[in-house]
Amino acid sequence: MKRKVLAVLLSAAMAFSMTACGGGASGGESSKEASTQENANELTVWAWDKAFNIYSIEEAEKIYQKENPDFDLNVVEVSWEDMQTQLSTILSSGDYSQLPDILLMQDFAYQKYAMTYQDLFTDLTDSGIDFSQFSEGKLKTSVVDGKNYGVPFDNGTEVAAYRIDLLEQAGYTVDDLTDIDWDKFIEIGKDVLDKTGYSLFSTQAKSSDIIMQMVQSAGGSIWKEDGTPNFVGNKVLEKSMDVYKELFDTGVMTTANSWDEYIATFTSGKALGAINGCWILASVESAEDTAGNWRVTNMPSLPGIEGATNYSNQGGATWAITTNCKNVEMAEDFFAKTFAGSTELYDTILPGAGALSTWIPAGESEVYSEPQEFYGGQPVFELITEYASKTPAFDVGVYFTEANDALAVAATNICSGADVESELKNAEDTVSFNMGN
Amino acid sequence: MNTKKKMGMLQRRKMVGWFFLIPGVALILALSFYPAIRALITSFKTGTGVNMTWCGLSNYIRIFQDKVFLQSIKNCFFYLIIQVPVMLIMGMVLATLLNNPKLRCKGLFRTAIFLPCATSLVAYAIIFRSLFATDGFINMLLVKIGILENGYNFLAHPTSAKIVIIIALIWRWTGYNMVFYLAGLQNIEYSVYEAAKIDGANPFQIFFKITVPLLKPTILMTAIMSTNGTLQLFDESVNLTQGGPANASITMSHYIFNKAFQGVPNFGYTSAMSFIILIMVAVLALVQMKVGEQRD
Repeated sequence: MKRKVLAVLLSAAMAFSMTACGGGASGGESSKEASTQENANELTVWAWDKAFNIYSIEEAEKIYQKENPDFDLNVVEVSWEDMQTQLSTILSSGDYSQLPDILLMQDFAYQKYAMTYQDLFTDLTDSGIDFSQFSEGKLKTSVVDGKNYGVPFDNGTEVAAYRIDLLEQAGYTVDDLTDIDWDKFIEIGKDVLDKTGYSLFSTQAKSSDIIMQMVQSAGGSIWKEDGTPNFVGNKVLEKSMDVYKELFDTGVMTTANSWDEYIATFTSGKALGAINGCWILASVESAEDTAGNWRVTNMPSLPGIEGATNYSNQGGATWAITTNCKNVEMAEDFFAKTFAGSTELYDTILPGAGALSTWIPAGESEVYSEPQEFYGGQPVFELITEYASKTPAFDVGVYFTEANDALAVAATNICSGADVESELKNAEDTVSFNMGN
Repeated sequence: MNTKKKMGMLQRRKMVGWFFLIPGVALILALSFYPAIRALITSFKTGTGVNMTWCGLSNYIRIFQDKVFLQSIKNCFFYLIIQVPVMLIMGMVLATLLNNPKLRCKGLFRTAIFLPCATSLVAYAIIFRSLFATDGFINMLLVKIGILENGYNFLAHPTSAKIVIIIALIWRWTGYNMVFYLAGLQNIEYSVYEAAKIDGANPFQIFFKITVPLLKPTILMTAIMSTNGTLQLFDESVNLTQGGPANASITMSHYIFNKAFQGVPNFGYTSAMSFIILIMVAVLALVQMKVGEQRD
């Protein structure tokens, strides 16, 4: 009997402690709510890179605090993968109270979230932020139906960085690789590969980023006017696929299976260059023993395509104010006075994190023209700002991830011998299928 | 009076038993059954994000037009058909070897073979990825021995990528199944083996005529568990091959995750795909149980 009493008591205690846990959690939440109500000047931010975008917004906070000492940011580090999962969960539950006030969003996903969850972002069109001072190509990603839903942050302008010590062994300089088209690039690449055993650049097999970059550089689009995929009969895309296959077949481009392998190809491996968004330079610079041997130039252009340029873009991110923001006016003012109005901020975060702005007035700053030792004294930031101004606009669309995956599959199959036309047809079918319900 | 009181005691004991079950049952109901039912309801709706409308069975019809999902089903069955038998046979052979009473350092071997399944799924998948990279350890070894001239990019070819996943799975799970067989072998009287030896049976006859039939319940259980696990395979596909090359090694769960969280989300369609996996697992388990029963 005693034992039974004990058992009942124990289980009762357990049940009680469970309810107590629940009570504790809800209690904690309500007290948190209370505290946030007290401090309406504290805004929560989600961003993912401590050394880059988190650092940047914290610098912005310091600048804004000079005039508004009450202002406070609570920056939470959330990786992009986690953010996608969390956003999907919160948004599909319909309970937006768990959303942060401000979040950073990858440019290629901006349209997807803006269209799928139309009440996620706050409309900033009449917020007093001067959007005309941002570069047009960048701004396009956060505009839906002529309305601004985001404040552009970093720049993903395409750069090509090469090891000149290895190029010299084959008798070339970086000038030979500047302002050329892919035909000339492959010709030089074959020669370099013969003489040194190095490929000119590498790419990650799983994604079709480089193909998208080629399409953008020639001013092409992967979407039709009505938003359906534009793969079959798309001259620019077909040419990009042809070039991709030739790069692959000749070995001028090597492929890596994963991101870390990709980075290793040009820091310690078989490639003497990298062609990607300018944020890739942070990884290039991790190869400290090769400092001074790198030079930055523009990417090759698509041959035989009218309007083809040597400029493109890959990645970049944009700040957004969510509809759960408790003090929209303050958040808008914060952005208007920092990311859209402070050369001081950009002068700090450029040398501090290599964060290149898309805010045009920042490009006039002297910090941009400073020579960079890693690149043998090249004024790299000035170069990139110049490239950015020449980059054609590109419509990533709502279904960019699907299109990227489908084109990566097509590219892999084309490289193993499949026909370009039929593979593009398959890719278009796959994307159309994903767009239907 | 006396008997009546006893009945009361018995009932009260039963009550206490049920009482102890309540927390567990409540948790399973709330965290497993309720979401499953909601997912079932969602699977009859369609739309992106929160804009969902009823669509009847169209999600289920759509599945059979989805080339990538059909490809992922093929991949999963490829893993299932090759990996599960190889793994179970290896597990059984290892268990029989380790059950030999004359063997020394048994504990050491058992631990060594069981240890892989104590590693994290993500960690081991990443280690296998770097082992089989073009400049990875395996390629280095093959080049040094002279089998290959240059590194072979295992993960960039459809067949070799699948084989790498199978090798990884066998490494990870053989020890796990072996433990079940070892436990099963403890229940077989050693005298049965002695009798067989006196009758002049050779080791193969002993294995196939005594060990395998007596282990049948364990074999059935491990087969069902492995089938279930293989059809829901996720970590290896995501971390080792990233589904590539060209979706040649993508698994069903990986594809569902991609559709739900990477692209434009359509939770109705992804829920429907999850239920297809459930049906497959249930049907296969049923078949295996029927086959197991018939032989008894």
